[in-house]
Amino acid sequence: MSTRLSRGGRLIDTSKPLTFTFNGKKLRGYKGDTLASALLANDQMLVGRSFKYHRPRGVVTSGAEEPNALVNLGKGGRFEPNQRATTTELFEGLESTSQNHWPSLEFDIGAINKKLSRFLPVGFYYKMFIHPRPLWKHLYEPLIRQSAGLGQAPTSKDTSTYEHFYAFYDVAIIGGGIAGLQAARVAGASGRRVIVMEQTAHWGGRARIDDEAVDGAAVESFLDNTLAELQDLPNVTLRTRMMGAGIYDHGYLLGYERLSDHAPETAGPRHRLWRIRAGHIITATGAIERPLPFAGNDKPGVVLASALRDYLIGYGVSLGDRTVVVTNNDDAYLTAIAVKNAGLEVPAIIDARQGGAGELGEKARALGIRVETGKGIAKVAGGKRVTGVQICAQAGEGVALEDIVCDCVAMSGGWSPVVNLWSHCGGKLFWDTESVIFRPDADKAPTGHDGSAFVSVVGAANGNLTQHAALKDATDQTAVVSGVANPPEAPSTVSREDAAIEAVWMMPEGAGIKLRSKAWLDFQNDVKVSDVQLAAQEGFESVEHAKRYTTLGMATDQGKLSNINGLATLAGALKVDIPAVGTTTFRPPYTPISMGAIAGHARDEVFQPIRQTPMHKWHVVNGAYMEPVGQWRRPYCYPRGEETHEQAVAREINQTRSSLGLLDASTLGKLLVKGPDAAKFLDMLYTNMMSTLKPGKCRYGLMCSENGFLIDDGVVARIDEDTFLCHTTSGGADHIHLHMEEWLQTEWWDWKVYVANLTEQFAQVGVVGPNARKTLEKLNGMDVSKEALGFLEWKDGTLAEFDARVYRISFSGELSYEIAVPATQGMAFWNALLEAGAEFGVMPYGTEALHVMRAEKGFIMIGDETDGTVIPQDLGLHWAISKKKGDFLGKRAQERTHMVDPERWRLVGLETADGSVLPDGAYAVGAGVNANGQKNTIGRVTSSYHSPTLNRGIAMGLVKNGPERMGEMINFSKIDGTHVTAKIVDPVFYDKAGEKQNV
Amino acid sequence: MSEPQTSLFPQFNGYVTVSCESDMGMIIMRGSVTAKGLGAALGTSLPKERKIVEGKEMQIAWMSPDELMVLCRKEHVADLITEVEGSLSTQHALVADVSDARAIFKLKGANVREVVAKLAPVDMAPGQFGSGEMRRTRFGQIAGAFWMTGEDELNIVCFRSVAEYMYKQLCVSATQGSELDLWT
Amino acid sequence: MLIFECPYCGIQADETELSPGGEAHLKRHGPGASDEDFEGYLFMRENPKGVHFERWRHSNGCGKWFHAARCTITLEVFGTYKAQTLEPPKKIKDQIAVKRPGWSWRTFS
Repeated sequence: MSTRLSRGGRLIDTSKPLTFTFNGKKLRGYKGDTLASALLANDQMLVGRSFKYHRPRGVVTSGAEEPNALVNLGKGGRFEPNQRATTTELFEGLESTSQNHWPSLEFDIGAINKKLSRFLPVGFYYKMFIHPRPLWKHLYEPLIRQSAGLGQAPTSKDTSTYEHFYAFYDVAIIGGGIAGLQAARVAGASGRRVIVMEQTAHWGGRARIDDEAVDGAAVESFLDNTLAELQDLPNVTLRTRMMGAGIYDHGYLLGYERLSDHAPETAGPRHRLWRIRAGHIITATGAIERPLPFAGNDKPGVVLASALRDYLIGYGVSLGDRTVVVTNNDDAYLTAIAVKNAGLEVPAIIDARQGGAGELGEKARALGIRVETGKGIAKVAGGKRVTGVQICAQAGEGVALEDIVCDCVAMSGGWSPVVNLWSHCGGKLFWDTESVIFRPDADKAPTGHDGSAFVSVVGAANGNLTQHAALKDATDQTAVVSGVANPPEAPSTVSREDAAIEAVWMMPEGAGIKLRSKAWLDFQNDVKVSDVQLAAQEGFESVEHAKRYTTLGMATDQGKLSNINGLATLAGALKVDIPAVGTTTFRPPYTPISMGAIAGHARDEVFQPIRQTPMHKWHVVNGAYMEPVGQWRRPYCYPRGEETHEQAVAREINQTRSSLGLLDASTLGKLLVKGPDAAKFLDMLYTNMMSTLKPGKCRYGLMCSENGFLIDDGVVARIDEDTFLCHTTSGGADHIHLHMEEWLQTEWWDWKVYVANLTEQFAQVGVVGPNARKTLEKLNGMDVSKEALGFLEWKDGTLAEFDARVYRISFSGELSYEIAVPATQGMAFWNALLEAGAEFGVMPYGTEALHVMRAEKGFIMIGDETDGTVIPQDLGLHWAISKKKGDFLGKRAQERTHMVDPERWRLVGLETADGSVLPDGAYAVGAGVNANGQKNTIGRVTSSYHSPTLNRGIAMGLVKNGPERMGEMINFSKIDGTHVTAKIVDPVFYDKAGEKQNV
Repeated sequence: MSEPQTSLFPQFNGYVTVSCESDMGMIIMRGSVTAKGLGAALGTSLPKERKIVEGKEMQIAWMSPDELMVLCRKEHVADLITEVEGSLSTQHALVADVSDARAIFKLKGANVREVVAKLAPVDMAPGQFGSGEMRRTRFGQIAGAFWMTGEDELNIVCFRSVAEYMYKQLCVSATQGSELDLWT
Repeated sequence: MLIFECPYCGIQADETELSPGGEAHLKRHGPGASDEDFEGYLFMRENPKGVHFERWRHSNGCGKWFHAARCTITLEVFGTYKAQTLEPPKKIKDQIAVKRPGWSWRTFS
């Protein structure tokens, strides 16, 4: 069993006991524990089930690479699934539950898959459940979904907060182990701005565990002195609990800081995502130990040798009384020695190498540890916990030589440098056959904006696996990238004489299918040596294909443990060298980061900017139903009492047409265009002639893209000879402003024109209806009579005490004024109009009434009648396209054959025979079928409303040869498969002569 | 003229305070930023690239190679525009009152730099940005510009329609407990 | 996440302050142009592996359009320059020649 020892535990504080729960069970741990170390201290080796076969799974590592110990953490608004117990710091009251099992962790019904594993080979789901097709959706998928899966999805809203932070450093160092800290010393002394981030809560990494002397003293004092030195440097920022999540183009680096995962009661954000720009990035991310592939290597109690050492020395936790160490390198001997020194038994070190270890071998033997060289493990005995191992000759096929009773197996297949961050942005690797590792190829580094390398890898991450080599590497490389002229000496360390590692990709070498199909590569996704070999046999030769076919490395650990063993297995099966197979692509983030951190502060009220007019609050207070128009929110209608929206819209229209309505038109774009060339410029932008417009007058204009399609419309007012005010659609103001700037800056840069977007400087109100003039006259101010201010004219003046610019324009067909006042006066002006209009029963109206009234008048709406494929000619707007102008944006495009095709769909009005409302967007079907056997379409509805004025459905649409087919009946498809018949009519349904607006 | 609407937001007291300035007048000038006569009309020298300078009861900020912004008391705007237009009468220029089109927020506190660094991709470390500089950038999802008036005081200007978004995101970023104390 | 120096305001702008605008140095063809010229102007674009010229706008900044010369493979930026020009400045072309000898792009080299 695993238990807490009475002594040891460099990372824990035994004076601070904590309580926590796992699957409801109350357990104890200490401050400094990880959830994994605390679970192990409570003999909770079994922590989960694997993904496919639901096999029992125990803790196998002590860090970010953990594939098994995933738990649901917290509850309610702080619940998070798939949290690694090995990187979760223990805190008082922590609640955790295991995942992927039903009904319980101890007894799991899905484990039946394990018995069926012979029938569930790689690609089984793809091969088996594909036919018949409908069964996938209705039978197979729901069943598979129920039995597979990781943690639960949260059901409550996340109560934590998150934020981003933009930071800039000359040198960013990722990893606070001994190499990272040494790099920080060198970079810090250079005076450059430096940040050092460490993903765990403590500095020093593995150096604290292995405790090899530096500068003649314990490593602890070197680390403490270094930290003290760094803390005194104002140019150095030190952050723990912060992971270098990803490296991107041009020195962009994401740092994922976990501020209160370990202290939920703390105020402030839970996670902070640092968005760093670094001149140079040094990754000192260390190395991860590899498992060995032997039968039964996935059983709870089989752990990485280094993890066992971490638990023993770092947390004072013993994983078993009798530990067999199995290895192909010297490092694992440290584990055997540590176990022995803790007073526990090591029945044997099984070393696959004939020659065994270097000086550590001697040391182990001197402690009385039996060392078996040239041996391997044939299989592991035990179900939910290791009970023994069978040893065999590594060179053989697995014939048992001896059974050894043990309750723990510590394995080491060598160390893989953590090259993920180097590779994120394109750094290349090379295979070092001697060290049996992929290591960064410094000649093929990620390059930045100036073409030079911006990432360096130092220490174990660079393949320098001894402390001695790591310190020297960190010192030398950092000096170069920090521009230090006289590089300092690396701290002195004792170099150890190790024997070389020997590659072991299967144990024993000649293992048959029976053993190979029990030798795990990917523990979480249940990918075995035999699966990768089968994939190769079936033709999945590319490592990327084999990965996706077998799911090797696709679990939440992203192959941190399984990659190298997996691709070596693939290389073996394909009979090629490992470099020929290559690695799969490393992608950020290094380990999963929270969705909250990615979103940062952008949630709830600041999820996105919502634009508000000066009268916004009045609309809200007065019950308006708001709708999005771009980023604006505009009143759709103002329902009263029990009214439906339809009833409210009808009421607003009827009152406006019969007496008086008010529209908040502040969102309309207002672009001031000024300069000696302004008129010439607008002639290029609009299809109409704007240079002939007289000051004081207004003209409706159309704007097209260079591709000929209609992009915006609006009324242009000429202020003086050099100055125009261009109104745009509500959604188009910013876009059209940019459109103007783009042409002025990049094509006609010698034209003397300036543009200013004054949209938000003004509140604009439409005063609409037969009583509009009377209302304005009540305000006592400028003359707004027909004589003083005719239709399509504008004038500056005052109304009551307001500075106003009044336009006689109409989008409703009624007598109408649009009045602009400075935005801060908008609300007061609106109130003044409500007061003055009270005797006429004034009613504010919303965007839907606006839409219906313009449709009754046959006015087009950008976005309804246009969709990016419609030219003004389609809409019968020839009158607004100048024939005199030699050029305007879109003119050449509109001359193309398809644009002048008489068969183009063109605008008409549509009236259903029964007065009903046509479905918006419905297509009209014609005779015959197209090349695909579908019915030919001959038109579509672009706008469709119930008209309260006419008390019937009205619509506009684009119809093939439409204007030539007046009076014809055509059929529109409805989504229920039936048709509705409509008559082609003139698109102007109301006041065809335009008498009402011009009074 | 009517009493202007005070669409103010209450002062937020986080680890820095956030308040909205309502009586600031703003004028934009498009044209030559070194125009003869302009400096005389404004009674000050004009700001160089990315700078903001103090004038007589006003500040003048460089916004782009052909744009300046004058910040002044709101009641001075109309007279200033007349003066400036007069001084530029022979030149191609555009002068407009944008006081009502913008909102200004004032941030005060030891860690003002951090609030900006949470929202804008700008190097806010001391020594990298300071008083006298004007920076146009992005705050969250909207455009904005800011300048410092002291080590613990900073102004931000954005469009009026998104003032509430700006105010709220500044408040969220300035919430007690979220300070880093990186530069203090 | 690229960085470009805005040639108008001198800021080393983060990509999130910028908006991309496609290929640089397009020649406008208007009324009177042949179908082929017009098609080329509207639709035909370079897609080089290597040196490329693009338009960017400092949208969350001074609002100005500028041009950038960069390598589409390594993302190395050879330089940025103001948009009011029909061809890359000599300084930029020389800079590219140092880094990518023998380069050519459309009619430039």
